[in-house]
Formats: sequence, C-alpha cells, structure tokens
Amino acid sequence: MISHQLNFFYNSKKHSDMSVDKSTVAKIARLARLNVPEHRLEPVASELNGILDWIAELNEVPTDNVEPLASVTGHALPMREDVVTDGDCVDAVLANVPEGASGFFVVPKVVE
Amino acid sequence: MSQLVAGRTGDWEVVIGLEVHAQVSSKAKLFSGASASFGAAPNENVSLVDAAMPGMLPVINRECVYQAIRTGLGLKAEINLTSVFDRKNYFYADLPQGYQISQFKQPIVGAGVLRIVMADGSTRDIGIERLHLEQDAGKSMHDQHPSKSYIDLNRTGVALMEIVSRPDMRSAAEAAAYVRKLRSILRYLGTCDGNMEEGSLRADVNVSVRRPGAEFGTRTETKNLNSLRFIQQAIDYEVARQIELIEDGGSVDQETRLFDTATGVTRTMRSKEDAHDYRYFPDPDLLPLVVTQDEVDKLAAALPELPDDIRDRLINEYGLSSYDASVITEERETAKYYEAASAGQDRKLVANWMTVELFGALNKSGEGLASCKISPEMLGGLVGLISDGTISGRIAKDVFAEMFESGKDAADIVEEKGLKQVSDSGAIEALIDTVIAANMDKVDEYRGGKDKLFGFFVGQVMKQSGGQANPGMVNQILKAKLDG
Amino acid sequence: MSDLLALSAVEARAALDSKAISATELTTAYLAAAEDTAALNNYVLLTPDHALEMAASADARLAKGEAGILEGIPLGVKDLFCTTGVRTTACSRILEGFTPPYESTVTANLWAAGAVMLGKVNCDEFAMGSGNETSAFGPAINPWQGPDKLDLVPGGSSGGSASAVAARAALMATGTDTGGSIRQPAAFCGVVGLKPTYGRCSRWGIVAFASSLDQAGPFTRTVADNALMLQAMASHDPKDSTSSSMPLQDVAAALGQGVKGMKIGVPREYVMDGMDQDVVKLWQQGQDWLRQAGAELVEVSLPHTKYALPTYYIIAPAEASSNLARYDGVRYGLRVEAGSLDQMYEATRAAGFGEEVQRRIMIGTYVLSAGYYDAYYLKAQRVRRLIKQDFDTVFEKVDALLTPATPTAAFAVGRKIDDPVVNFLNDVFTVPANLAGLPGMSVPAGLNADGLPLGLQILGKPYDEASLYRVASVLEQAAGFTATPSRMAGGAQ
Repeated sequence: MISHQLNFFYNSKKHSDMSVDKSTVAKIARLARLNVPEHRLEPVASELNGILDWIAELNEVPTDNVEPLASVTGHALPMREDVVTDGDCVDAVLANVPEGASGFFVVPKVVE
Repeated sequence: MSQLVAGRTGDWEVVIGLEVHAQVSSKAKLFSGASASFGAAPNENVSLVDAAMPGMLPVINRECVYQAIRTGLGLKAEINLTSVFDRKNYFYADLPQGYQISQFKQPIVGAGVLRIVMADGSTRDIGIERLHLEQDAGKSMHDQHPSKSYIDLNRTGVALMEIVSRPDMRSAAEAAAYVRKLRSILRYLGTCDGNMEEGSLRADVNVSVRRPGAEFGTRTETKNLNSLRFIQQAIDYEVARQIELIEDGGSVDQETRLFDTATGVTRTMRSKEDAHDYRYFPDPDLLPLVVTQDEVDKLAAALPELPDDIRDRLINEYGLSSYDASVITEERETAKYYEAASAGQDRKLVANWMTVELFGALNKSGEGLASCKISPEMLGGLVGLISDGTISGRIAKDVFAEMFESGKDAADIVEEKGLKQVSDSGAIEALIDTVIAANMDKVDEYRGGKDKLFGFFVGQVMKQSGGQANPGMVNQILKAKLDG
Repeated sequence: MSDLLALSAVEARAALDSKAISATELTTAYLAAAEDTAALNNYVLLTPDHALEMAASADARLAKGEAGILEGIPLGVKDLFCTTGVRTTACSRILEGFTPPYESTVTANLWAAGAVMLGKVNCDEFAMGSGNETSAFGPAINPWQGPDKLDLVPGGSSGGSASAVAARAALMATGTDTGGSIRQPAAFCGVVGLKPTYGRCSRWGIVAFASSLDQAGPFTRTVADNALMLQAMASHDPKDSTSSSMPLQDVAAALGQGVKGMKIGVPREYVMDGMDQDVVKLWQQGQDWLRQAGAELVEVSLPHTKYALPTYYIIAPAEASSNLARYDGVRYGLRVEAGSLDQMYEATRAAGFGEEVQRRIMIGTYVLSAGYYDAYYLKAQRVRRLIKQDFDTVFEKVDALLTPATPTAAFAVGRKIDDPVVNFLNDVFTVPANLAGLPGMSVPAGLNADGLPLGLQILGKPYDEASLYRVASVLEQAAGFTATPSRMAGGAQ
C-alpha cells in the first residue's frame, strides 16, 4: 500500500556495484562491537546496500562552496567556571553496575 | 652538527617527533564539574557525565581553554579563535563514552616554536605543529585479580593538552632537551605541573631513520613514556632496532609500540584491530569554540616572563654563559632566586656560585631550593664578600659549607672564624720571604727554568697564611721577588 | 470517571483550583484508565503508588494556594526520559533494570510545576522507528481502528505517548522528536504534538539518539493544553551546551490572537504525485480555513526538500552510532558475560540491541568510517545547510508553513515490509524541520475515509512557537475535531 503511494519519491534504482560486501559488514560490525553471525552477513550487506544506494542520491546535489552545518542553534559554545560542582557520588555512579568491587568497575581482564 | 648514527653499512640520520600529553592544571575537569585532583579514592572524582550515564552532556570549562591558550602563547604559536571538538570513537574499558572528546581538524592552537638548549650551550628551534585539548581516560588495573580488570574513572575527563612537535629532532638528547624545556615552560605558565611520575606529563615518541639526504623513513610510535630517561632509552633502542632491521634487508612496520621499563626494550602493542578507524566527527553536543582576540590579548598581557626571555636577558644584560642562563631559568623559582641573589652583586659570579656550589650542595643533600637554609640575600652577601676582597674564593667555599649547614650569615661566619683575607702587602711580603728562605734550592730550580714550581711557592705561602692570604697579591709579589 | 477523563488540562486546572475536583481523584481516574486500556500496551511501567503520592502533594499545595501551572495534572513520560528511582529503559533490553539516580531537566521542570507522573510510556527502541514496533516491550497500539478492526500503529517513536493521550490514559505525555517522532504519532492518534525549536527544551537526562536533532516536546489533546505544557517543559539549562537562552514567548496569549494578517507558506515540493487523496483534501481544507480566518496563503519553494530524508538517514544514524557506544555492559544495564572484554561488548550489544537499532548503528558506523566520511557525512552536513537556507529564505516572506503531517493515516501493526527504506518514508514531511532546527506542530484536522485521524503540520521560524499556536488554534477551532477513538478509556468499544 504505502510503497505504491511513495514510489514517486523512492527511486529504487540499484547500482550494479555493491558498495558493501560480507567482509565490509564484518569489519563494520567489529568497529561497532556488534556480533553479526556468519549467516546474516550477506542479508545485512544487501540491506545496507539498499539504504546506501538510496542515500547516495545526495551526490546529485552541488555543494562545492557550501560549508557543512556545524549547528542549528546559532549561539557560541557556552563555558563554565572552573569550580568543582560534581563528583563525590560513588554510590550513584555505581548504583546500576553489573559487577563492582571496592568502588571499582569490574570487567573481564584486558590483555594489552 | 652531525648526530649521525653509524650502522653496519653506513651512517643513518635519526628523525624524531614527540607528542606530549600534559594534564591541565585546573580545579575541575574539561567537560564535567568533578574534581581534577590527583589521589582520590576510586571513582570519587567521577560525575554522572564522566561515567557516561544515559542522557549526560558535556559543558566546557573556561579555565581549561585559557590554560591551552596560555600554553600556545608560551610556545609563540598561532591561537585559533575558532576551534572544533570532535569525537574520537573506539571501545575500551577506561573510555566510558565509547569516544574521547578531542580536536581533530581544527585545534585551538596552531604552529609555534620551542627553543632547546643543548649541553654545549648551543640552541635549536624545534617546530610545534599544534596543540589541542582532549579528555584524559580512566585507569585500568589488571593485576588485582586473575581474570578481571578493575576500572577507576577518576582521571576520565581531566583536561589534557596534546602538544605535537614537528619531526625536527635528530637525537635522543635533543628529544630530552625538548621535553625538559616544554616542562619548564608549562611550569612557568602554571598550565601544567609537569609531574612525570604522577603522570601529569607523558610523551609518545615517533622515531624513524634515514640515510642523510633521503626521504623520511617509516616511523614507529612508542607510547606513554613518563621520564626523560625512558624517552632517551626508548629512542636509542628503536634507532638501533630499526637500523639493524633495515640493514638486514627488512623494513620497518608503521606501528605502535610500548616500552618495557624493566628491560629497556620496545615491543609491538598487540594490535586490537586491523587499524584504528576512529571515525572522527564534530561532537554534536558541543558547538564550535569561539574565543575573541580581546580575550587572547588579555591572557597574553598577564603572562609571566618566560624562560627564554629571562635567559636572553641574563645573557645579554648580565653576560651570563648560555649554559648558566639555561640552568638558572629552567625553573621559575630558580630564576626568581637568582634575581634576588644577584641584585647589586657581581651577576656572573653569583650565577657561578648558584650553578656549581649551591646546586651541588642541594643535589647531595637531596633538598630543594625552597627548603634551603641559604636565602637569596645570604648568597648575594657571600659573593659580595668575595667581590670586595674580604675573603678569597677558596675561603668562601668553607664559609658556604657552614652557611648551608647552620643557616648563619656569611659575614657572621667570617667574623667568628677570623677568616678575613690578608691583603696587607707587608704581611704577604714577610710570608713570601719566609717561604723563599726555606726553599732556596727550589728557587734556583725555578730561576733555572722550571716554571711549574711557581705553583709550589704559591701553595706554601697560602699554607703559611692558613689560606687567608690574598691570592692575587701573593701571585704578584711572589713573581716580582722570584723573577728578581 | 469518564467525566473526569473528558476534562482538558486547562479545564482540569480550573476545576482543581476551584476545588471542584481533587488531584487524587483525577490521578485515580487516570490510573484506572491506564488499567482499562492496558491492551494498548502504552505503559511499560505504571507507577500508581508514586503517582498517588505526587497527587497528594499536589492537593496539599492546592490547599495552600501554591499551585504550579500544571498542578495535579497526570501525565505519562516517554521511557527515554531518565526519572529518579524509576526504571528507565529507552524500551531496550540493553537498559534492562536501569534505575537512574537522576532526573532529566524536562521532567524535573514538570514536577516542579506540580504535574503528577502516572508512569513510563512505550516507544520505539532508542527512539528509532515510526510505528512503536521496535520496542523491547512489544508494540504500542493505536486506540483508533479502521473498519477492519485491525490493530494499528500509533506512530513512532513516541507511540505510547500519543496513544495514551488519545486513549485518555494520560491527560498529557512527554515525547521526543528527532525525525518526526512527536508529530507523526500525534497525527496518527488524533492528538496535538509539538516539536519545539531545537534548544528550546533541555536534552540533559534524555537518552540521546541523534544529538543535533533530538528535541523533547508535549503531547496533549488540545492546543491550549499544549501551550501550557510547553511553558512548563521549556527552560535554559546550563548543563546542556546546546540549550538556548532565548526566552519563550507568551504562548498562552498567542492562542487567542488569530491569524489575520499572517502570511502562511504552502511549499510546492510537499505536493507529490499519487499522494493519498484524503491527505490532499485535508491540506486544501486547512488552507481554506486559514484564508477564511484572514491569513494570506502563499505558494513557496523549498527546493532541497527531496534530499531531506537521505540527509537525515546519514546524520541521525551517524550520531546515534556514537551515542550508543556507551551501552557496553560495563557500568549499567544488561551485561552478557564472556571471556574477554571485547567478547563481552559484542555479546552484550548483540543481545541488548534490537534489529532496527543494530541496522542504524551499522549505517552510522559505515558513513563515518575512513574513506566514506567525506562522501556521506560531510556531504550530508552540506546539504543540511542548503535545506536550512531554503527555510531561512522562505521565512523572510512568510510567518509559518502549512503542510500535511504524514503521507498517510496509521497503518497496520506488523505490516510486512522487506525494504527498510519504505519505513523511512513515513518521515518525509517531518524530517526537514529537525534538520533545520525549526519548531513544528501537528494538529488533528480531520478523518480519512476509514475514519482514521489525519493531522496538519505547521512549521515556524526558530524560537517562534507563538506563531505555531496562533495558526494551530485557528485550525483546531475550524476543524472542530471531536471524534474519539473506539478504544478510548471509558468509551464505547
């Protein structure tokens, strides 16, 4: 239903070259610390490519002399005074910790 | 000045760049209101923002911004009135947000210069590439438990200045001199306490080697060196390793390495992933940082006199040697001490007494200048007694030793011990006559051509006088008498 | 009970002040309504004890004549807002059991104004979605039904908020809007929803989705109620660097000002071939109403409109991929144990994040990654500036814009869509305002052929919420929208 009505908008041309393949998906998943099981790599790649093809429409827009938009607010970065106003709340900081010990956060050992 | 290292197959030039991380002296952290102080119990100096709880947001500390600007001014660098904070994204247990707020493309400070002074007094200008502000990370402890690591976020979010040099250094000695000078400037400005043992100042060294005149070689980065000695050791090891590797037909991998302080060896960090892709992008919780030229000018006007300027003044106005001037101006407290001690006195002589006798004594006793019993005025007084001939330099050393122990004034000690120099020509003549009479054989030998014996006679006269004869006068009168 | 539920917030305030009703009575009625409509799955956590305590305090203040502007008004809080001592999950498994020791600034403002919290309401996981179907607590259901009586989505991401207000299970509700997440569900549920100017409400204490786009806003049944709630929510917050110190105008006064002399723009690029005819008609109708009320309708052009969606779907996931990196099992929320730290991260995040969230994190990570940053993220930020410039130019000539809020009415829950992009297209009319930081409001204006609500959207200049309220009041009066959903509390089924 929706797709009919919105096809005018969604140009479903797919580029012949896949910008993302299985190994790229695996790399991105690693960077994002997400486990994508082997059997999902291909479907995820296909999904991502569909999305990436669509957002690549932006290449049509000439932006040679256009600065990226830093912020919509129009005000400068406010600065605060150098006063200690926070901290000293170990209980609050550790209140939801899955594993703690003597005031520390505890995680599986990291080998450097 | 050639600092080439000889390899098996020829000479190599060493190229060094340094990235120094300096913790900003401030009460609160860079983007949170928690305390930036050292030594608190675990996770005590941690706010909800530092712990990256859901919905927390950063707000920048003006003093940290100003400290970075002051440092930039001290490095004669360009201050960028507009700069941007970017997120550097990666995962680690001591990085609660999963990103570090840093500055990537538009840092607050641009190119500058730092002058280093070598042991022989020569100077070199080392280029500064940039300085930017960023958050420090927390601390992980891996030795508290066999299978777990303990995380303390106290240091998370403390403001760091990352100061990046150009690859202008050509030896480990230059690198050490650079860090010493940088530390000195930071301490003068009060922007960082420079305490390397506590981790307020740490260096990453980028090292590569090349044949003289060739393109830059591949560099390695050795991280987190927290003493001048380790910096030099790590560089020396890397240089030797790289030269041997290349001469054996291999090539240097661009990689990050760690220095093992126990063995003096650098080794590859176990690579966490193929390459770090930090996915820098401007932090959308912050806006571009804008400071006005007016603010910068006000900060500049309020800066203390910097070590290089004081050093130049000491050399040009007071005629101090480059070496003495550098030693005296290394710390602000020392420079202040010198100004007070040398006021109205022989500037060069005071400098000499400070750098040789005073520092020697302090080194031996392990004391600092601040706790020394000899005040600047007292030292000046001692030197004054030499200048006006009251005591000889030789006697002054004994007086100094007494002053150092007891805290008594020089004049009092001289008075008490009757150490006044004898400058009466008649008395000296008499002493000389006595010595000559007792050593006629040597007089003949001297007159016969053995010039070296002059020293013997001087020694005898000084011994007779209990060291108090005015050496200059002794020399003059003795020469006249011996030469006839 | 349904009499109590029928009162608008403005009416309820008057009744409370005159002691015709008590806060405890009103809260009790709404708690019962929430139970009554539990099948809609609007609440993920009802907090009746806490609510009654707050109501009792409100009654005490009312007795002393110290009423705040929302004194005694029971409302629902989207589970994206951190509430002290009350579980907050962003409707995600990864925040299972998370109980914040702190209160978001917006909700703190509401409690300071005397409002009563009924509980936390459902939403799309981490605010990502436009149907409230990605929630770890299951979908929220729209109290409106079409002739086929299928369950319909309330819209998203603030689906639970919109549905609760429409179903009279809350008198008001908080929402957040990043790409339309207040305006679209408001339209689907036939209620009033405002996305204020970016920076108008503080983001401190709200689980962040896309920092440069997120904005908290009010859901209410009437335009006047909406102005009241905005006044309580908005504030300058020094803890949020993006918070604005532009003072809120007198929006209450704006309600009665009418639109005489106002110029209202109708953007030609929002007209699409093959648009839902009911939407087209209603849009035309809205223009007529405003013209009749004395406004001048002007055709305007926002040339970069069609690029707003792809721009949004680069920027929002990019920021989200970074904002969601803190959910790693170390300091709070779900932790899936594993042998190494990295394994723990991966296992925790894979188990804790739903499919849509993972999809967006992947896109976001990709568009920021080395080699793609310039082509995607930087490009999108440049186009974003062009989109903003389009609005700046247009607002030199007009005071506000009138557009449809959504391309269609609410669709069925569980609609099978293979192509995720189709879901993205729900936001086509709403996303531009987020990119440009503009205020936007959806006002229920009519029903479609299936008897489902449709909303009209008003967009305004930055910090000019007053103009929105002027236009919205006129539309509300002209539309005379009195229809109520079949699954409303205390209503006929």
